[in-house]
Amino acid sequence: MVIVTLIALVAAIVIALLGIVAGSSSLTIPDAVRTLVGAGTPGQELIVIELRLPRVVAGLLVGAALGIAGALTQTFARNPLATPDILGVTSGASLGAVAAIVLTGGSYSVGAGLLSLGLPLVAVLGALASSAIVYGLAWRGGVDSYRLILIGIGATAALGGITSYLIARAKITDATAAAQWLVGSLSGVSWSSVWPVLVCLVVITPIALQQSTNLELTQLGDEVSTSLGVAVQRHRLVVIVCAVVLTAAAVSASGPVEFVAFVAPQIARRLARVGRPPILAAGLVGAIIVTGGDALARGVLPGQVPVGIITAIIGAPYLIWLLTRRKERETL
Amino acid sequence: MLRSTAAVHSRALVLFGLALGLGAIAVLSLMLGSNLISPRVVLAALVDPAQDVGAVVWGSRVPRTALGLLVGFCLGLAGAVMQGQTRNPLADPGIFGVSAGAALAVVIGVYVLGTSSVLTTLWLALAGAIVASVIVFSVAALGSGLSSPVPLAIAGTAVSALLVAFTSFLVLSDETTLAAYRIWVIGSLSGRTLSGVDAALVFAAVGIVFAVANIRSLNALALGTELASGLGENLIRARVVGLAAITLLTASAVAITGPIGFVGLTAPHVARAVIGGDHRWLLPASGLVGSGVLLACDVIGRLVGGTAEVSVGVVLTVVGGVVFIAIVRRARMVTL
Repeated sequence: MVIVTLIALVAAIVIALLGIVAGSSSLTIPDAVRTLVGAGTPGQELIVIELRLPRVVAGLLVGAALGIAGALTQTFARNPLATPDILGVTSGASLGAVAAIVLTGGSYSVGAGLLSLGLPLVAVLGALASSAIVYGLAWRGGVDSYRLILIGIGATAALGGITSYLIARAKITDATAAAQWLVGSLSGVSWSSVWPVLVCLVVITPIALQQSTNLELTQLGDEVSTSLGVAVQRHRLVVIVCAVVLTAAAVSASGPVEFVAFVAPQIARRLARVGRPPILAAGLVGAIIVTGGDALARGVLPGQVPVGIITAIIGAPYLIWLLTRRKERETL
Repeated sequence: MLRSTAAVHSRALVLFGLALGLGAIAVLSLMLGSNLISPRVVLAALVDPAQDVGAVVWGSRVPRTALGLLVGFCLGLAGAVMQGQTRNPLADPGIFGVSAGAALAVVIGVYVLGTSSVLTTLWLALAGAIVASVIVFSVAALGSGLSSPVPLAIAGTAVSALLVAFTSFLVLSDETTLAAYRIWVIGSLSGRTLSGVDAALVFAAVGIVFAVANIRSLNALALGTELASGLGENLIRARVVGLAAITLLTASAVAITGPIGFVGLTAPHVARAVIGGDHRWLLPASGLVGSGVLLACDVIGRLVGGTAEVSVGVVLTVVGGVVFIAIVRRARMVTL
């Protein structure tokens, strides 16, 4: 598992460099490295530091945040299908953002203005509010993960219903803007959208890793882990808050690239041949998928394919290939 | 012995109660709509279609009610079989790629052929649903095999995500396609008639037969795959029958109304809370709950929207979501 994590780290760095190089104006990898250490021409510096780097870093951070959040959710829910979405994060963020796009009612330019300024904030508020509501509704002398999942299903459906109603009733230009946001994209990220994600990751990753032992123990069930000295409810709250904050931060930067949170942990645990998703490796796999997908979209494909689409087109077949190749017992 | 007879009686009573409730909702569905017609006139038109309002009653309300009952039943039933097969509360009938495949086929239809008529959409959705689920089963069968449900669920989620990505790509690159897609994807009963849905009806009927044939296996699978095969259950056959039932039922439902996954996801949970986990009772109960919920939400949508009615898909997820949360909070949920 350590080896897999290290290999994933190296791969993430290589792909980040490729991500800096990929794009319309030609750069070589040595150029990119030279510019990064501060020895490039002013022209290269503008392209690398101001245009490419924020996007690549955002991709790495968003992917890592979603991968870690996904690993946490799948483990604590003991369910490989669980993503942070069952906590209401993504559906809340989506409703917030779509409402902001559609209900501002104004012209396309108003929507575009919101996209750069207010949207991330509205999305984060929506995400935090809805996941707090889901957690609160699931509380009955403690939160049990099965009840939390069911409440999450209900909340996700209700919020999603309102979202699609807004889209169906909106003007077609607003509907297009909303659909674009919902797919998730890294175009238009700047350093100001990178910092919040970085801060969240730096603060939360150690907490998540520290909960790792408890996650292992709670696999045995609430009663057993309580008798082993785990404060189950506090542990669960910490894990949920970690997953929610990481997802909300990622969504604020890129929109919902939800599939990463499902696929990265699943790929990571198959590569590492372990029973449950490894947290760090899942984060690294997430970073690779998002950055690699974005680099591919900019460097190889015509037009601007949003990263949300390309991550599914890369991640899904890879997971399918892993599924068909490995003949082993699948549990979680 | 005495106790088990009593249990059978109380379950039969619950089932009877569900059927009664469904009948009441069906009557309401015939009586209520954006055209205000008094119940007596509706009754007269039901008996004699030649009346003035016969066009509204027989042309719109009767088919809507019938299709709503059928689609809801299919989804509820498919959901119960699905959760029995996967033992996963997050598994909705769409998870085998059925909804995503149908959506992609419909979007390709609009994008290439430029048509979004109800009938073309129905055929495209059926075809897309079947193709997608065949892909999902092949992926799972090539890997760890069909005996464990986990790779099936993961393969289904992955294939669905891939299909959704292609759908989003097409939708984002063409405004006409988005315009048609954003309406279809919500799911609606409005404008659906009984003519032309024969294919979907055949699918649904075969699906129901498969589901019934799967009941004994589902009860065995509830004990875990090892114990089930130890009891002499043929796991592969149990899987294939169950998966066929789910695919056929969901495909016909999606073809008629568009993707309404929420019914299939939640009806089994509600049914399990009122009638328990025995699939002999759970399957019919879940189907009845599905029918009732879908039809009730369609009626609500007709009433709140006035002339511009709110699609059943929206009402279903919003009202249904809230009600489901309330039920989960109150009831002692029976875990899978």
